Amino acid sequence: MTVTNVIEVKGVWKSFKTVQAVKGIDLRIPKGEFVAILGPNGAGKTTLVEMIEGIQKPDAGEITIMGKKWKGNENELHGIIGLSLQETRFIDKLRVTETLNLFAAFFGLGRTRVDEIINIVGLEEKRTSYVVNLSGGQRQRLAIGISLLNNPAILLLDEPTTGLDPNARREIWDILQNLKEESKTSMILTTHYMEEAENLCDYIVIMDNGNILKEGTLQELLEEDSVEKIVEFTADHIPVNKIIYSGDSSFSVYPGETKEKGFVRLNNFETQLPAFMSFMKENNITIKHMECRRKTLDDLFVSLTGRTINE
Amino acid sequence: MNRWLKINQLGQLISALFLEIIREPGVLFWGILFPILMSLGLGLAFTKKTDQIRRIAVIKTGEHSYSVADSSTLSHFLGDQCEKNSNGPGEEWQWKYTIKDEKSGNSIFLFYYLEWDKAVKLLKRGTINLLLTHSDDSVEYHFDPMNADAQLSFLKLSPCIGTTEVVSVISSPEIKPLTVTGTRYIDFLVPGLIAMGIMMSCMWGISYGIIEKRSKKLLRRLVATPMKKSYFLIALITVRVAMNFIEALVLFLFALIAFKMSIQGSIPALILLFIAGNIAFAGIAVFASSHTSNTEVGNGLINFVVFPMMVLSGIFFSYQNFPEWSLPVIKYLPLSIITDGLRSIFNEGAGFNEVALPILILTATGALFFTAGLKIFKWH
Repeated sequence: MTVTNVIEVKGVWKSFKTVQAVKGIDLRIPKGEFVAILGPNGAGKTTLVEMIEGIQKPDAGEITIMGKKWKGNENELHGIIGLSLQETRFIDKLRVTETLNLFAAFFGLGRTRVDEIINIVGLEEKRTSYVVNLSGGQRQRLAIGISLLNNPAILLLDEPTTGLDPNARREIWDILQNLKEESKTSMILTTHYMEEAENLCDYIVIMDNGNILKEGTLQELLEEDSVEKIVEFTADHIPVNKIIYSGDSSFSVYPGETKEKGFVRLNNFETQLPAFMSFMKENNITIKHMECRRKTLDDLFVSLTGRTINE
Repeated sequence: MNRWLKINQLGQLISALFLEIIREPGVLFWGILFPILMSLGLGLAFTKKTDQIRRIAVIKTGEHSYSVADSSTLSHFLGDQCEKNSNGPGEEWQWKYTIKDEKSGNSIFLFYYLEWDKAVKLLKRGTINLLLTHSDDSVEYHFDPMNADAQLSFLKLSPCIGTTEVVSVISSPEIKPLTVTGTRYIDFLVPGLIAMGIMMSCMWGISYGIIEKRSKKLLRRLVATPMKKSYFLIALITVRVAMNFIEALVLFLFALIAFKMSIQGSIPALILLFIAGNIAFAGIAVFASSHTSNTEVGNGLINFVVFPMMVLSGIFFSYQNFPEWSLPVIKYLPLSIITDGLRSIFNEGAGFNEVALPILILTATGALFFTAGLKIFKWH
């Protein structure tokens, strides 16, 4: 029997004292695929990933990794998984190489692998720095370096770029992008940045409130109702929630990121766009700027939950 | 190959945890310098010979002025045998008399020339404890017979007044001051400080180390690798015991040089007892830190273990002064067992036979707590 799915999650439930964190999730991750679990804070992403990592035990349901359950296979599975937890802090007064050497010893790896890792994560100049003196981005690169030491078949990264500035985030994306091209690693990454999921991952799972709302490739997710187009505009006044009629159909005006911005979703440019323009004219609203853009994951999340992901 | 890998794992863990400790500059001060300063301060304060000053009131009676011309006993004593204060009369002492004693320190008597009322006031304040009056040709001593110090003043002074013979230098061969090694306060103190060092270092080093690493989620990260869990704890304890050994050695060498302390009993027994003490507190430390990831709670837990023993186990002063009923409990506190054992080896020349039971009890205590702690240990 060949195992095509490296990770299988079947009907998994998990609750803590007061919260039902994961409510019956099913998930299959094929070999070599990069998967993003996308959702706001408290969606249950970390709990799900920690159950896959073997740190938490599900209340109900089953998780298998390479066809094996955690129970009784801890040592073997620890050897093929690489992971970085949300906010791990390593030993402050240990140098970068010393930290890597320590973890390398757990996997029975030597100095050569440590040197390779330092190159992969671009910490050549920080080899002899104490961990405590690294910047947030460098520390996260070290954490990813540690997770890559054993050339893992499965890489699990819990919010690897949360709290980092755009440059540091970009550097981490580059590391993961290279990894995707050069190795056969499968990866699960949790994030609440849409851009991260779009840029790095083949397959996206949208989670909220312990449930999977939608999953698929970026294409699949966005083109489901592909006729829809988004028209964003800037004006001195936004007629929020006003319903505009055009023949048999109608559409409403949504508020944008700022007070002066708004957008509408149109299914039919030819009839709906003129209706929108004449509505604005009738209400004496001057449109300063207008553009038509493709639908993004943000729009999808708003249409699924009625709120934006970072709310 | 597999064996070598395991040794390498343990070696890397030990070296990482060791570096973590010695790279913290505070470690050198608090771990090594501070106990030395403490032993130096306390050792000097309680072992130095000092002159004892005793203040005595001589009551003004009007007719007598205690001059040489006067023929009374007291006048003779004060006029002939005492040194007169050159600053003249006033609040200051008027006469000074010294009994020299090279072995246990000089006794200096300062005589104040005062009215009765004023003298009684000073007596109540405890400034003076003996009043002298003159009656015909004899000297009268007024003091509280329940006050041991006053009695001592009387006993020392009375042979000097009234005899023309000079007895101002006491060097009688019958007095043998107990300053031989093994009976001084410093001999009592240093084993206590070594024992306390073991407890503090294990509890703060191991317990706090574990709790801090758990709250940093480092424990969680470590056990997500094929690391052997027991190796982590073994490494943590090994590093701590090694540090304790260095600290105790430095403290002892200091006491050896500064106070000429010595080990009168068996050195191998001493080492074994030291290790057993470390095992006991390492076990307790693992148990205390087996669950919490909150450093505040950790603080409380550690103090809960450490504080009662600091007070009760007779580190600085003997616990024999505690109520009779409490002694059987106090005696079997781990810290008391270590302290008593160390003292018996250092000062009483004890060997394996005397400390075998303490070693056994300490090792068993450590093993028990370690096993229980490991059972409930939370890695994440």
